[in-house]
Amino acid sequence: MPMNAADIEHLIKAALPGAEVTITDLAGDGDHYAAHVTSTAFAGKTRVAQHKLVFDALGGRMGGELHALALTTAVPK
Amino acid sequence: MSNPVFERIQSTIDANDVVVFMKGTQSFPQCGFSATVAKILGHLGVDFQDVNVLADPEIRNGIKEFTNWPTIPQLYVKGEFVGGCDIIREMFETGELRAFLEEKGVKLEQAA
Repeated sequence: MPMNAADIEHLIKAALPGAEVTITDLAGDGDHYAAHVTSTAFAGKTRVAQHKLVFDALGGRMGGELHALALTTAVPK
Repeated sequence: MSNPVFERIQSTIDANDVVVFMKGTQSFPQCGFSATVAKILGHLGVDFQDVNVLADPEIRNGIKEFTNWPTIPQLYVKGEFVGGCDIIREMFETGELRAFLEEKGVKLEQAA
């Protein structure tokens, strides 16, 4: 059952309090999103570690229920 | 209890400077994300060993556990996990990927 953008945003914000999350639906099929996440929790971390924080927030849905999430991360300026 | 799949993965990434665990092959990628990584490496003129996870279900799941990364493709350089499609594309766009590969002593065919 594909996810909707609001669920993704909610999950990420719940795990990364204060994060800014922008979700773009790439295909309108609930399965291909782009997400840009900005969080202080990423400070000092490699991109791989930053992405893993987001994957953890999504609770193992990445690669399964959520087939394709184009993810970019950033630390607040 | 050793994990034979992990051992296969480890020996592959030890034996090749650059490895991409991907869906399909570099000449016939079967997924947009895998194709993107293969194209980027091709553009930089980097030789790499492709591992078609679609032809090897054990590796397809094993690599996700091995790396603790939920998706395919996965790029390894000198035995180190570099990232999936998003990270490789972002590094390529910022020029970081070329610098990283050069720093790791990976041969880039032609300078752009």
